Amino acid sequence: MREGSFRNLSGCAVSAMISKEGRRFSGADIIRSIRVMHDRSNGLGGGFAAYGIYPEYQDYYAFHVFYDNMAARRECEAFLERHFDIINLSKIPTRKIPQITDEPLIWRYFVAPLPTKLAESQLDEREFVARCVFRINVQLDGCYVFSSGKNMGVFKAVGFPEDVGVFYRLDEYEGYAFTAHGRYPTNTPGWWGGAHPFALLDYSVVHNGEISSYDANRRSMEMHGYRCTLQTDTEVITYMIDYLNRKKGLTMEEICSVIAAPFWDTIERMEPAERQRAEYLRNAFSSCLITGPFSIIVGFEGGMLALNDRLKLRSMVVGEKDDMVYIASEEAAIRAIQPELERLYAPKGGEGVLIQVKEGAGQCR
Amino acid sequence: MMLDAATLDWQALNEAVRDGGREIEIIHCTGERFIGAGASDKKITIHGVPGNALGAYLDGGEIIARENVQDAVGDTMNDGRIVVHGSAGDALGYAMRGGRIFVRGDAGYRTGIHMKQYQEKRPVIVVGGRVGSFLGEYLAGGLIVVLGLGCTDVPAGNFIGTGMHGGEIWLRSLKPPQHLPPQVHLEEADEEMLAAIRPQLEEFSACFDLPMSQLTEGRFYRLTPNAQNPYKRLYVQN
Repeated sequence: MREGSFRNLSGCAVSAMISKEGRRFSGADIIRSIRVMHDRSNGLGGGFAAYGIYPEYQDYYAFHVFYDNMAARRECEAFLERHFDIINLSKIPTRKIPQITDEPLIWRYFVAPLPTKLAESQLDEREFVARCVFRINVQLDGCYVFSSGKNMGVFKAVGFPEDVGVFYRLDEYEGYAFTAHGRYPTNTPGWWGGAHPFALLDYSVVHNGEISSYDANRRSMEMHGYRCTLQTDTEVITYMIDYLNRKKGLTMEEICSVIAAPFWDTIERMEPAERQRAEYLRNAFSSCLITGPFSIIVGFEGGMLALNDRLKLRSMVVGEKDDMVYIASEEAAIRAIQPELERLYAPKGGEGVLIQVKEGAGQCR
Repeated sequence: MMLDAATLDWQALNEAVRDGGREIEIIHCTGERFIGAGASDKKITIHGVPGNALGAYLDGGEIIARENVQDAVGDTMNDGRIVVHGSAGDALGYAMRGGRIFVRGDAGYRTGIHMKQYQEKRPVIVVGGRVGSFLGEYLAGGLIVVLGLGCTDVPAGNFIGTGMHGGEIWLRSLKPPQHLPPQVHLEEADEEMLAAIRPQLEEFSACFDLPMSQLTEGRFYRLTPNAQNPYKRLYVQN
């Protein structure tokens, strides 16, 4: 049975780390961090998003794909060849470990849209790529593109997150930012595609919580051409971030005021200019308001955003040391990899923490 | 007895604490949950950051955390004392029914929600710094004091005392808290009123070696349920 046949309820753990200098470091530490919160997951899903890991292919979209079987792979590769120039393809390297079983075929492609196809489509490049991802995921049976950004990649599986990290040899990658997730779905069929992070282009989301606005958000996103296939709230959050940032051009700060909009009585007490802005965002994008408990970490090219729901029904702490920023559901998960912090704080509910890598830094563009 | 949390998982650690005699010191704590849960006669000193639900259902004795603690410390605690030298996470002292919690630094959202008291049982939380929103939400009894040391504004977030129908919340603050629900009665405390919480402040002062003068200077506000506007009228006119 797959995700999509019924709703998941999740508990979960999140962790993330980023170098503001764009300095690349190994994925070993993020595994150590998420391991501390082992008991927040139940072994039915773990995953990572890693940014800056493919500098040698930074101009190409990196597709990570799950296949049920070889026939699905052939079908998908035929589609990719019709639409993209495939620069490189390979199996994603994994370690066989007893904790991770029943893996699908896991392949990676570095691709660029075929110029003729792209011109014919009259779409901008990113929209073309996003539509291709949806076509594969919705129309091709047994194929699921779970990562599709440039110079970044998602690695996820059914299992405990620390085992998933070992399975994907995450310690052998170097990036300037990593996010991690341990999943606690209480009634999931447990399919690899349903693990976090969820990603579209370079946007990725890890999420601890259970949003109650899922259907309102889903209906809204489907009106804008997104197809929610998995019934998990994190999928729809990912599409909302993509929609608001890439398509509507909202800044990440503005996105916080949309998805975790201040209460009306808080807005009433704001200064006029701030109030006008908050009212506009709440009204214009009311169907993107997320209610219910959540703490999310959004990864994107060159940065990261952490956000709690307005009532702060999930825990999240942020630590800083030198050029590094750490975010986790529990302080211990940060202390495990950086005992000496210069600053540690818990962001307020609805107050986003935006971390951006220094402009022009190393490998992030 | 000294325990090294780095060598034990949380279950083994908690078993060792249960079997380990009256005085226990734990080093290298990294998120191990439920430490001291239900204990009644121990003194547990913790180095590092313990996991959630530290001292849940504590029924006596003492837990001293030398650094920060996470969420749900002292959940449904019944007796004893928890002393935190750093800061605490969310839901500190949730549904406490007895005992005392002293935090030198800050505490997170939902501090002391659902606390209650009965006869001689009266739970106490004193926080040295500031707290997040929903302080004392649905408070039914007990005492919460927020000292706001180092704060220039009101040392608590929004929705203070929402739904409170018993107990007392004290804020040391130069400005009165704003936007309180009508069910909460606010008054500035004079010297005479302040005497009511002096024993708790003295205990806090002793825990962290802070002079009483620092804790009592400035203004205090006391929040109690508004007897003129009780909740029953919210639902039924009778």
